[in-house]
Amino acid sequence: MNNTKNLLRGILVSALFRAGIANADYTLNMPVGVTKISREVHDLHMMVIWICFGIGLVVFGVMFYSFYHHRKSRGAVAATFHENGAVEILWTLIPFIILISMAVPATRTMMDLDDTRYAELTIKVTGYQWKWRYDYIDEGFGFMSQLDANSNAARQLGSDVDPRSVENYLLNVDHPLVIPVNKKVRFLFTAADVLHSWWVPELGWKKDTVPGFINESWTLVDRPGTYRGQCAELCGRDHGFMPIVVIAKSQEDYSKWLAAQKAAIRANEASADKTWTKDELIAKGEEVYKANCASCHQAGGEGIPGTFPAIKGSAVATGALQQHIDLVLNGKGAMMPSFAAMLSATDLAAVITYQRNAFGNDAGDFVQPSQIAPLVKAPADDEDEVE
Amino acid sequence: MTSAATTHDDHHDHGPETGWMRWVTTTNHKDIGTMYLVFALAMLFVGGCMILAVRAELFEPGLQFVDPGFFNSMTTMHALVMVFGAVMPAYAGLANWMIPMMIGAPDMALPRMNNMSFWVLVFAVLLLASTLFMEGGAPAAGWTLYPPLVLQSGDNLPFAVFSVHLLGISSILASINIIVTVLNMRAPGMTLMKMPLFCWTWLITAFLLIAVLPVFAAAVTMLLTDAHFGTSFFDAAGGGDPVLYQHLFWFFGHPEVYIIILPAFGVISTIVPTFSRKRLFGYSSMVYATGSIAFLSLIVWAHHQFTVGMPLAGELYFMYATMLIAVPTGVKVFNWTATMWRGSLSFETPMLFSVGFIILFTLGGFTGLMLATAPADFQYHDSYFVVAHFHYTLVVGGTFPVFAAVYYWLPKWTGHLYDEKLGQLHFWLTAIAFNITFMPQHFLGLAGMPRRIPDYAIQFADFNMISSIGAFILGFSQLIFAYVVYQAIKGGEKASAEVWENASKMGLEWTVPSPAPYHTFTRAPEIE
Repeated sequence: MNNTKNLLRGILVSALFRAGIANADYTLNMPVGVTKISREVHDLHMMVIWICFGIGLVVFGVMFYSFYHHRKSRGAVAATFHENGAVEILWTLIPFIILISMAVPATRTMMDLDDTRYAELTIKVTGYQWKWRYDYIDEGFGFMSQLDANSNAARQLGSDVDPRSVENYLLNVDHPLVIPVNKKVRFLFTAADVLHSWWVPELGWKKDTVPGFINESWTLVDRPGTYRGQCAELCGRDHGFMPIVVIAKSQEDYSKWLAAQKAAIRANEASADKTWTKDELIAKGEEVYKANCASCHQAGGEGIPGTFPAIKGSAVATGALQQHIDLVLNGKGAMMPSFAAMLSATDLAAVITYQRNAFGNDAGDFVQPSQIAPLVKAPADDEDEVE
Repeated sequence: MTSAATTHDDHHDHGPETGWMRWVTTTNHKDIGTMYLVFALAMLFVGGCMILAVRAELFEPGLQFVDPGFFNSMTTMHALVMVFGAVMPAYAGLANWMIPMMIGAPDMALPRMNNMSFWVLVFAVLLLASTLFMEGGAPAAGWTLYPPLVLQSGDNLPFAVFSVHLLGISSILASINIIVTVLNMRAPGMTLMKMPLFCWTWLITAFLLIAVLPVFAAAVTMLLTDAHFGTSFFDAAGGGDPVLYQHLFWFFGHPEVYIIILPAFGVISTIVPTFSRKRLFGYSSMVYATGSIAFLSLIVWAHHQFTVGMPLAGELYFMYATMLIAVPTGVKVFNWTATMWRGSLSFETPMLFSVGFIILFTLGGFTGLMLATAPADFQYHDSYFVVAHFHYTLVVGGTFPVFAAVYYWLPKWTGHLYDEKLGQLHFWLTAIAFNITFMPQHFLGLAGMPRRIPDYAIQFADFNMISSIGAFILGFSQLIFAYVVYQAIKGGEKASAEVWENASKMGLEWTVPSPAPYHTFTRAPEIE
């Protein structure tokens, strides 16, 4: 008995102690945020809290007074009243007035939030299972953004990496969204597969992404910095693992970043023309596979029976090359997305080659990026034509 | 007043059949009520175990125990089992046991249908539970079953859909029975406005159920045809719209929360006067408030979808309409407070659970008011703040009043007093553990933690650990309840007919002996 007690106490103390040291940076309240909207929302939030606090004070005050003074054990004798028209009308009307006083500022903020006019920059956000795509529509380029490799390693079931050792665990991505400060940025939201919801608390809102439809919202960040968020609408198995990182930069830094992005895209396009060796492709393919395929088909290619088919020993990955390329480029059914728009020709060639030569698959053949390039028409190209 | 013994018709002297077939073939409202309640308790533990798997996984950052897919199945099944398997059947059980006794009727109006609605429910839940053992697992798209995600389900989708159909049939049958009973079987002299409030709230709830369940059944049928028969109700590529499903679902889903909470209001309005030794304050305004809440519940559904991309006018309309609900709900809370005011209060277990309900439900109402504020909902939506909010309303509304009711009527049902000390221990452990579990979730949500995630960033670790500890205490505390009920069924101090001081003035059920005879009010009682 005593031993059990000590054990329990030990567990509790060590749990609290460890938690207290490791996670001192918890917060209690909604962030004020870095936009006009987020501050208005925070003000509304605080206003309603204080109204509720006031009502609670009165109602619970009366209740607890009654609990104490009107106890039978204190000799209280029950009164016999059971209605009072005036009082009942009063406590119907007063809440009405309180509600109107809340609805007025809420309406004003709602109208602000809805007003996406006069934006200086438009970014299209597409939700995928389980990553984001950001397209800079005015600039004609875009990229995928997903959970960073360190978090991804630590979050696996049975992983021996301590999440506490990973910086910004589950809130870090490989390619953050970058926006300029003090510019009104309009976001267009859509999704490729299922519903997602794009939420960065510091910006003050979230918006659902709906496949086949476009939603709008806007932000105007007034302080440079890194702001983190997550997908907020259940979107399947890895819903918890598609964070959002927004970096707000000064106009000057933003322009530099933009130039660097464009240069990188040109370099990647050039790499598609180069002739790769099979080993180079397999090495690159492994990285691409881990980042894009493993969350469903699993690191060892064994899939999850009943939900995600295996690649290991599959008819596709050991059969005709063209059929394999078609499947990866065009997708299949409700769950296998088309990767033609998501990956570069180089990445596609690499990952297909990897799948055909890993997990004991012995197709033995491989495909050059230059063979894939004509088959994919990146969305960035479309927008170039629009320009 | 009257009892089975005084009747001349020997048909009514039957006791229950002996053996297990009694429970299969029974048409007795008390037997069926007992079965509903026992089934609900069993499901409370099933749904509880599911969520403990979730809370165990959330105890620490990182994935320790379960695969994220299984995690999603557990959150989904937890909600479905708790709502459709535990809370709704619990209130149906209370309705079966108490409505005929409260209105002085010998039984429900449609006893055979009553038997059917219970057994359909059992098979519906078994059908749903069978998906746990299927390849690909149980439904994992959340209890709302939103497309397109739910269309990615494997074999479980048709089973879940048919289960929803059966649950709907069961509830609609039970609702028809309650409406017919309340409208036709009241003892002479019991006018509608003299009827106990529990009968009123159930009457209105039954109409709500009949209004909204067919819509839910239709929506899930559309899911089924989208998945298997090539329709595109919810697929933009075929001219459909995924958001259409959300409108249909919440047209059912929002009234559903009132379907749970209205009978709860009825229970509280029954118990608080008994332990205040004073009549319910504002009976007629309670009836009107119940009606208003039910009506408003039908026209506010899209406040669950503020972030889905509605036009401004829609956002504003649903914000205003939702805020309005605070008015009749406020009336309820004020009336209960006024009932206790200058009463002669004592705090036996039923009263403790009732007062606990009033206080914690009011807190849930406050966060509801915050969520109704549309622009702020763009922060709260789909975060742990919402999880905290609806557990303060639904756990408090779905379990506290049921516990209160069981403790209140248990002596009447079994003829034995329950163990008051253990009952109070059950209350305090439940109330404290409930707050340890759900209070920190408000902070998690405000700090930015989305709901339905199996793993989280390090800054959310403290509160999740506290919440998980609370959840385990909360779960295991319910074993005390099961034990107290078992004990009272087995034996214990004999209860008088009245059980509670002066209770015979509070309702007809206290005028029959304890335990209540198998058939009560075979001759209608006289109502002053």
